Amino acid sequence: MFKNVSRRQFVQASAVAMAGLSLAACGGNEGGSEGGDGASSIKVGILGPHTGDVANYGIACRNGAQLYFDQLNEDGGINGKQVEYLVEDEQGDPTQAVTAYNLLVEQGVVGIVGDVTTGPTTAVAQQSVNDNMPCVTPSATAAEIVTYGNNTFRACVTDPEQGRIMAAFANEQGYKNIGTLYLKGDDYNEGVNNAFVEEAKALGITITTEQSYSAGDVDFNSQLTTIIATNPDAILAPNYYEDDGLIVTQARQQGYTGVILGVDGWSGVADYASAEDLQNCYYCCAFSSANDEGLAAQFTADYEAAYGETPTNFCALGYDAAMVLAAGIAAAEEAGLEAGSDEYLQAVIDGIAAGSVEGVTGTIAYEGTGDPVKSSLILTFTEDGAEEVFETIDATA
Amino acid sequence: MEEELMAEKRPIISTGGRGPAPAGKRRSLPMAARYAINALLVLLVLVVGELMIDGGAITRYQTSVLQQVGVYIIMAVSLNVATGYLGQLPLGHAGFMSVGAYGCAIFIMRLTETLGMTGRDIVAGGPLVGLIVFAGVVFGGLCAAVAGVIIGIPALRLKGDYLAIITLAFAEIIRVVMLNIDDVLGFELTRGAAGLTGIPSYSNFLNVFLAVAVVCFLVHTMMKSRHGRAILAIRDNEIAAEATGVNTTYYKTLAFVVSAFFAGVAGGLYAGCVGVLQPANFGFMQSIEILVMVVLGGMGSMLGSVLSATVLTILPEALRAFSDYRMIAYAVVLILVMIFRPQGLLGSYDFSLSRVIERVMNRDFPWSKRAASDGKAGEEVSADV
Repeated sequence: MFKNVSRRQFVQASAVAMAGLSLAACGGNEGGSEGGDGASSIKVGILGPHTGDVANYGIACRNGAQLYFDQLNEDGGINGKQVEYLVEDEQGDPTQAVTAYNLLVEQGVVGIVGDVTTGPTTAVAQQSVNDNMPCVTPSATAAEIVTYGNNTFRACVTDPEQGRIMAAFANEQGYKNIGTLYLKGDDYNEGVNNAFVEEAKALGITITTEQSYSAGDVDFNSQLTTIIATNPDAILAPNYYEDDGLIVTQARQQGYTGVILGVDGWSGVADYASAEDLQNCYYCCAFSSANDEGLAAQFTADYEAAYGETPTNFCALGYDAAMVLAAGIAAAEEAGLEAGSDEYLQAVIDGIAAGSVEGVTGTIAYEGTGDPVKSSLILTFTEDGAEEVFETIDATA
Repeated sequence: MEEELMAEKRPIISTGGRGPAPAGKRRSLPMAARYAINALLVLLVLVVGELMIDGGAITRYQTSVLQQVGVYIIMAVSLNVATGYLGQLPLGHAGFMSVGAYGCAIFIMRLTETLGMTGRDIVAGGPLVGLIVFAGVVFGGLCAAVAGVIIGIPALRLKGDYLAIITLAFAEIIRVVMLNIDDVLGFELTRGAAGLTGIPSYSNFLNVFLAVAVVCFLVHTMMKSRHGRAILAIRDNEIAAEATGVNTTYYKTLAFVVSAFFAGVAGGLYAGCVGVLQPANFGFMQSIEILVMVVLGGMGSMLGSVLSATVLTILPEALRAFSDYRMIAYAVVLILVMIFRPQGLLGSYDFSLSRVIERVMNRDFPWSKRAASDGKAGEEVSADV
């Protein structure tokens, strides 16, 4: 029967077999949720980009949140109920984020940790208002995300807030003239830069020049020459770490030895600039694995044990976002409400709004808005290039 | 007139019949009946769909996927006009989509603000809302059509690879304009990199699928008209078309602008589905994704575009259970189709319900045909009802 199989038929058959095998192999890895069974469990969603261009942020947040829920379940869960987390991927695309959000709502979650990046989070925030679904975003920093309704909270501080923190820090250190160099066309970089400039001017600091560059640039020498020519006490570079590493290196090559300031996009910059060049650099961040203070050190150890790598800022924020949500759910459970009702969701939201948690990125409390009132760290670098906590800036209301 | 045409056997546009009718004059459906049957079916699908959503048989998640399917059907069908019918390869379709999306969203947001309506009023619906959404979507389409004229006139002087590159470049220009236009104008329009947010969710199953039906109908009738035939003639042989008196520049631009217009319509509906627009979402990959739908379905086949847009939109959702591996499965499907069906799933075949009914009326079934005509039937190139 098989002796008349042509080459074409053979190729077809083997392709079908391969496809079948690969699908079967994929099937084996299925299922992201664990713990909990049926009636005695509480369902929560974890939403973020776990594949695609911004997957590294989504995966970090997911790992952090999963670690928290796993620990919570080991300690007996909330009100004796296990937390069952459902993980959905949205690839950093707002359309998929809305779809995945709808899927989570249908599966009966009582709260969502997510979304992660600004665009998809905005889309989800606008949708979730209609359901009054409690959402805690670990990392979306655009100011208006929390303004669509009362149901969205964030675990991080906003872009403008970071700009203001650095301006206050610069003032406290006595820098009088500051030049800035930022990426144009990105809301994060521009948002921080504008807030910094505004606050710095209000504090009496002179902004000598504001230079910008475009996405993909690798040579910052002309902008740096202009900035250094104005003889600044410090340079602000509120960008992501790849660019900041190059900026630091090129500034040092031009003979600039002064201070360089950054914000949380610097997290990870140590791989992109030498330890020597990173001296005299300061940036603000919610979390550092170098922080040896109680909770943060414990989290670093737990995370390393669970995933075998050092946690980043995003891992810690994911962990804290999960903690904030769990605290809200605990409040609703204590009130004896039934999951699935509108009152339950409102109770979770009220619980988050009224509560205060001791997170690994500092104490998080919400005072009437979805923006947290929390402390920030100012980090610098030791002589061998390791991060070091320079100062803790307390929460300002 | 129609019957005469149908009776003729023409090489490019087949009559659908694969030979003469068995005996005597072929029976055919009058045009009015053809339109009535199709209109009735569309209405039936809409009513049944809406009832199923209201009754909860189609969940909210499935509805949101269906809306995306509708948007991508319009995108694929509109790109098919330029790719399948006109035979060009534009790589900047997402650019037109973004122009339409921003145009429609800004129009609706400004208008509802002036009228003092809230987002909830719009979700609630009503005749006024329907009118606003209709006007907004058409406005979005017109914005895209204007962009199509501006881009089409210089771009269509080029052919093949060159046209692909220049449309790609224009789409990038559109994206960069969206990013920076606020700084130039001095007031808030697109809100740059931060994205346009707070767009009311005016898209729903009903208006998306009404738009799908209208767009398919318009594209179909255009392709059956004199203009459509001229466009097909340019695809098949531009020099021959020009020699027979077809104004090639005019018809190329027309097809390109029509394609842009409907992409703008799809963009307007997309904005209402998502609620937030960022220029980054309309990059090169988005254009490629739509082109993949058209090529996969078969260039020049409307049914192919509709089917592949549906399958390719649902596939990543259906494969959610495979978690991180789903994008590989998606790619594997693409590779398999391209290896075993390089002309696309349907080639250039187009489905015609009336043709099927006519066959039944004439007892002209494929299986009875095969014996009679020795299987000399070839690929059909058609745009019949």
